[in-house]
Amino acid sequence: MPETETFYEVLRAQGITRRSFLKFCSLTAAALGLGPDYVGQIAYAMETKPRIPVLWMHGLECTCCSESFIRSGHPLAKDVILKMISLDYDDTLMASAGYQAEAILDEIPRKYPGEYILAVEGNPPLNEDGMYCIVGGKPFVEKLKSVAANAKAVIAWGACASWGCVQAAHPNPTAATPIDKVITNKPIIKVPGCPPIAEVMTGVITYMLTFGRVPELDGRGRPLMFYSQRIHDKCYRRPHFDAGEYVESWDDQGAREGYCLYKMGCKGPTTYNACSTVRWNGGVSFPIQSGHGCIGCSEEGFWDNGPFYSRLSDVHGFGIEANADKIGGVVAGVVGAGVAVHAGVSAVMRARNKSHKGDASGSDQSTGKDKGHQGDQQ
Amino acid sequence: MTTTTPNGFVLDNSGRRMVVDPVTRIEGHMRCEVNIDDQKIIRNAVSSGTMWRGLEVILKGRDPRDAWAFCERICGVCTGTHALTSVRAVEDALGITIPENANTIRNMMQATLWVHDHLVHFYHLHALDWVDVVNALKADPKATSALAQSISPWPNASPGYFRDVQNRLIKFVASGQLGPFMNGYWGNPAYKLPPEANLMAVTHYLEALDFQREIVKIHTVFGGKNPHPNWLVGGVASAINLDGPMAAGAPVNMVQLNLVSSIIDRTIEFVDQVYLPDLLAIGSFYKDWLYGGGLSGHNVLAYGDFPDRANDYGPDNLLIPRGAIVNGNLKEVLDVDLRDPAQVQEFVDHSWYRYPDENEGLHPWVGITDPNFKLGPNTKGTKTDIQQLDEDAKYSWIKAPRWRGHAMEVGPLSRFTIGYAKGIAEFKDPVDKVLTDLGLPFAALFSTLGRTAARGLEASWAAHKLRYFHDKLMANLKSGDLSTANIQKWEPSSWPKEAKGVGFAEAPRGALGHWVHIKDERIEAYQAVVPTTWNGSPRDTAGNIGAFEASLLNTPMADPEQPVEILRTLHSFDPCLACSTHIMGPSGEELTKVQVR
Repeated sequence: MPETETFYEVLRAQGITRRSFLKFCSLTAAALGLGPDYVGQIAYAMETKPRIPVLWMHGLECTCCSESFIRSGHPLAKDVILKMISLDYDDTLMASAGYQAEAILDEIPRKYPGEYILAVEGNPPLNEDGMYCIVGGKPFVEKLKSVAANAKAVIAWGACASWGCVQAAHPNPTAATPIDKVITNKPIIKVPGCPPIAEVMTGVITYMLTFGRVPELDGRGRPLMFYSQRIHDKCYRRPHFDAGEYVESWDDQGAREGYCLYKMGCKGPTTYNACSTVRWNGGVSFPIQSGHGCIGCSEEGFWDNGPFYSRLSDVHGFGIEANADKIGGVVAGVVGAGVAVHAGVSAVMRARNKSHKGDASGSDQSTGKDKGHQGDQQ
Repeated sequence: MTTTTPNGFVLDNSGRRMVVDPVTRIEGHMRCEVNIDDQKIIRNAVSSGTMWRGLEVILKGRDPRDAWAFCERICGVCTGTHALTSVRAVEDALGITIPENANTIRNMMQATLWVHDHLVHFYHLHALDWVDVVNALKADPKATSALAQSISPWPNASPGYFRDVQNRLIKFVASGQLGPFMNGYWGNPAYKLPPEANLMAVTHYLEALDFQREIVKIHTVFGGKNPHPNWLVGGVASAINLDGPMAAGAPVNMVQLNLVSSIIDRTIEFVDQVYLPDLLAIGSFYKDWLYGGGLSGHNVLAYGDFPDRANDYGPDNLLIPRGAIVNGNLKEVLDVDLRDPAQVQEFVDHSWYRYPDENEGLHPWVGITDPNFKLGPNTKGTKTDIQQLDEDAKYSWIKAPRWRGHAMEVGPLSRFTIGYAKGIAEFKDPVDKVLTDLGLPFAALFSTLGRTAARGLEASWAAHKLRYFHDKLMANLKSGDLSTANIQKWEPSSWPKEAKGVGFAEAPRGALGHWVHIKDERIEAYQAVVPTTWNGSPRDTAGNIGAFEASLLNTPMADPEQPVEILRTLHSFDPCLACSTHIMGPSGEELTKVQVR
């Protein structure tokens, strides 16, 4: 590919010094949670690798993944798009339309067979011969399969591409289908969430560009680096959970003091994502910090694991209508039972502490403010 | 063949047919076909929504308190506005009031969305219809600097700054990997900016891409994330703690309020010093290109939004006014009632849905959705390879909503037109100023350029309203009211056995309504009629055409192979197709079930 140039060449051509370049590499390493040993490796990759063509296709979706992607602060979306990759197709941002746009989907796979990345936002509906999502007069699913055929790897952005998301919630009227059910012979990296965190999205891309390989994935196709921990595990409100201090109703004293939202339906204990560590929009906050429980948007079938405001132990059997047959519901139910035991133990511990203090009233069942909470404060 | 529609547009489908599919730089999937005559003028236009997700089908049987989260996923671009409309619909049905602080915070969330959405639309979805990126390579950075400094005090305007951006651009173009600019229509005579204005606009394209990340942090403070912040029936979940114990770990504290305040200041600065001056500068080179008015000079509609005080959704309490103007009569702004079965109705005889009687329109509370993908006899191609649509039959996944039988345009231009007609200074004055500055008559407002200008003016309106609402929030907190949620009717046992409600808002793209029917603590039926359903509607039973189609008529094309003018006018509406195409009725019966795995 003589007409392409490396990331480093582009930077140098713009007057960026080698020193600044190496600083950038070390920041990137830090953003990826990698040690200083990796800085050299990143620098080497940036100096030698050409800008990889990326074709970003949209199926049934809401474009929240694209919107999230452009929120990335490090690296800036601008730098990813203009310097790191060659974003040759993206319906949301591209200048061309109609057949000039369609032509790119033919040209790139022909010009770079086995070398481009296919990024998919949304998913294909299979009912009505695929005509619930039409692009260029044809079913989206057809285009998706054809562009996937020569791709090096496939990224499934968000809950739609990974699991199906909202349009696949019961009764899934269009048969919206996760992409790994229609692309079966390519490595697929699932980056779930509705949407995924911006820096998780750019982190996955940067990792792939840097190391020339797919990041280590769990059994369900998610990068371990971002999806191996539950939100609950690193939640800043976790000490309140352990102490049995819960928000009992919206805007009560516990809500104002940042108590645990488990009783308000928080799905943090069963949701694998990086929200409580990486956090959102430059680290400003994340759902729990802003007072609302996690709705579990990176988990498969989370729409059918609700209602969102019922606590997790209730998930199994509480599910509305036919949702209990969903795998996600069963998994959440099992984990939820564990959580309930965990919560129960915490509550017992707390009651025990209270009896030490001469306050054994217990407050778990109350719906209003829990005066007992005040007594627990040091 | 030439026909005249009941709403007064002349259609001639005898000329050459051009197809634009996909229409890019929009949300979702859309197709447009036009017929052009031998003078290369558009004489017939056919716009088709090409996706359907069935969200309201999915909502049936759910907990109404969850509905906002499902509805929010209707669209991730106008993120939050559907959630707001949903909680309002449920609160309306169940008779739930919200605290003042919750109302003010919701208004801030909505105003934040408006500014963000308008800014990103202008620079990242729309600018390339006016701005020739490649032509910017020819600009003189010194002259660009002089141009920039003559129109704005924005500090990033030195010759060196523009030279740097230009050098990067030169290198980027020279690399041969044009990325998102590949196959663009560069050099098309429809582009009218001098190189310096192109370079300035491209530079601000990049700056705006960086800055938009900041604006949404207001959503992150109050809703925990963006896109798709969290909402709550009965108020907001972000409890406030100013000086009490553990305020540092509270959702909203002094640190977060200061962050919001600082973002508001910077947002006002960016909109007033970058967005608006760019808009005027670009507009001054296109003031002879006044096509694309379509329905806007005739029929416009707004439901209104931004209730100043909590729980009063009457017209006098809405900072964005409610009303309808028909037949171009600006002297009379008609009342709009979303509960009146005779006002908002949807038709489907040109949409891929089935009604028992397709001569009738249905009010959203009694609507029916039954997908029916059928192509007309004059379609060219096959079911799964459509070459040309047959607009005399069904041709879109979008329904055709009508207000008292009229096709209506919605969006910023409609809102400003209604505000102008009502004589409200904060809408009338900026419009008059722009027209005076550009030396254009009032009628010029009803054009593609006018639509784009109104959006910019509205971004400024919303940015300043953010300041107003933040001040208002602080004043209320100072008075000792920290309340953010009303939990009196949180428990379903407190609800009536059956209830109906309607919620409305003004999404960035226009009037948005959600109609909900709750029965036995569950959603019995849910219906959303959204801005792009109005603007992108196909023809109705009587033959009226919608706003997209009307706006394209009589526009000359410089080069029919390059649809710059079509994209420019369609983008001026900021189409959102995922929003527009997912309607169902109260019957909500399960549709075809297919085993996937």
